[in-house]
Amino acid sequence: MNIQTNMQNYAGRSLVDRAMRGLTVVATALAIIPLFLIIGYVLIVGGAALNLDFFTQTYQPPVAVGSEAIDPATGLPIDSTLSGSGAIDPATGLPIDPSTAGSSEEQPDLSQVEARGGVLHGIVGTLMITIAALLISLPIGIMAGIFLAEYPDTPFNTFIRFCCDVLSGAPSIVIGVVGFTLLVQTTRTYSGVAGAIALTFLMVPTIARTTEEILKLVPNATREAAMAMGAPMWYATLTVVVPTALSGIVTGALLAFARGAGETAPLLLTIQGNSNLSFSLFEPLAALPLLTYKYIESPFPAENQLAWGTAFVLMMLVLGVNLLVRITTARIKKG
Amino acid sequence: MAATAHPAHSMTVRGLKPFYAKRQAVQAVDLDVRAHEILALIGPSGCGKSTVLRCLNRMHETIPYAHAEGSVKLDDLDIYQAGIDATLVRRKIGMVFQMPIALRTRSIYENIAVGLRLGGMNDRLELDRRVEQALRSANLWDEVKDKLQLSGLALSGGQQQRLSIARTIAIEPAVILFDEPCSALDPISTLKIEELLLQLRERYTLVIVTHNMQQAARISDRTAVFMVERGQEQPVGLLVEEGSTEQIFSKPRDRRTEEYISGKVG
Repeated sequence: MNIQTNMQNYAGRSLVDRAMRGLTVVATALAIIPLFLIIGYVLIVGGAALNLDFFTQTYQPPVAVGSEAIDPATGLPIDSTLSGSGAIDPATGLPIDPSTAGSSEEQPDLSQVEARGGVLHGIVGTLMITIAALLISLPIGIMAGIFLAEYPDTPFNTFIRFCCDVLSGAPSIVIGVVGFTLLVQTTRTYSGVAGAIALTFLMVPTIARTTEEILKLVPNATREAAMAMGAPMWYATLTVVVPTALSGIVTGALLAFARGAGETAPLLLTIQGNSNLSFSLFEPLAALPLLTYKYIESPFPAENQLAWGTAFVLMMLVLGVNLLVRITTARIKKG
Repeated sequence: MAATAHPAHSMTVRGLKPFYAKRQAVQAVDLDVRAHEILALIGPSGCGKSTVLRCLNRMHETIPYAHAEGSVKLDDLDIYQAGIDATLVRRKIGMVFQMPIALRTRSIYENIAVGLRLGGMNDRLELDRRVEQALRSANLWDEVKDKLQLSGLALSGGQQQRLSIARTIAIEPAVILFDEPCSALDPISTLKIEELLLQLRERYTLVIVTHNMQQAARISDRTAVFMVERGQEQPVGLLVEEGSTEQIFSKPRDRRTEEYISGKVG
């Protein structure tokens, strides 16, 4: 048999092979380039907004360059000597500076405004709300995951799994509306708790499904070994199966944390936002995604700058959590 | 035999029918397991020998929709009668599986101690003593005594299998079931397990499922041969012959046994 019989055919095949491999490289690049663009842009623009005040101060109204406080509604310096004595603008409830009132030809120069203060209140708020949400979600999610994985043959189970999938795919603004109706309207106040519970709706399905998937990876032989020692099912599950899968469960929890930290819509309708630092979950709280939203909407370029700063911090938080996931899983796999 | 020094436990199987959902996997089985013997269950793949073995300590029913009918007696107690807790049955009738299982989140010591703790033993000294005893009985003590706190995964496959055996004998069962304990092991590890089984026979009653006919011939006292009947819609396993290992391998009574032993089928 001549080994070169198919030489022509072979050349064609290897050409197709190379073309296909090239296509996969292009596709991968297309997927990765936006990621690097986003990260890079946030790093450069957001990084420039960072300074010590950014992490240690809370909200302060911006000021015009070389001047005192500015009216956030009009972008004009507030003349404190006039307050109380002058006319009140019915739209803003603030004193109208007679020198500018009515003289619309003089447009304020918004770029001549510098931002002050920082986002400490947002960092604290995000951490409090997300950690509270995680504390509520973990027991519920893990137990639901155990139920799904270890008792797979009940009809109820299929129903739960379906609900988890629907809930984790639900638009987050819907979760926000539900949180608003259930928690804000009934308690008559926006609060950190309402935000945490709204996030719980998103985190529980994530945790439950990752827990289920990871428990299914535990070899059945491990369960049988425990049961063959005379361990009841619940004992085998809690002392043998779950510890074996612990690294995966921790991964699921951290990913849920990262997701919760970045959610905006549910918080928008439940915690409202707060310009001051607050450590109470029962008051309106600030959160990084909300601050990003608020600052990017601001008319002042200087505050837009702060939005990139908060985006930067948020991104670092999520990136850090993901790195933590990598490190813990790698270590547990090794040991 | 030192049988007199150890309690003698036998098992009696009558009309045992294992089911997977509504499908009967094996025709009704009658089988005797005598005290301090090694009974080998052999037969081709799919003949139901593992299924029957798993019925002997009620592990069969841990599979979804699986159940068994008939009676399996340990001495005079029917383990299938109402009011018997399957988990307690499994503490009296232990089981060692094909794949060596080192519980991966636990140290070598804890791999043994977990079963004892489950039985309510919490005294540290007593635990130490029983763990050492079990590891010695499994011919593993000398190899692991300096690394009891290491993960069980640090052991070789053969050592892990002896660890599994140690875990089973630590809770002092009456009978130990082995489901192809050497299938995943190299010949030298296999030899060590076989030596261990012969030692354990002095203290326990053993039932072993094996694919390896030489292994059955080497270590078992009696052998039960299973076959699979493919004539029907669903293949059904059946027990064709039970007898002393010597008789089965030299003068089989059943034609199917002879064909299987001589390598014509299976």
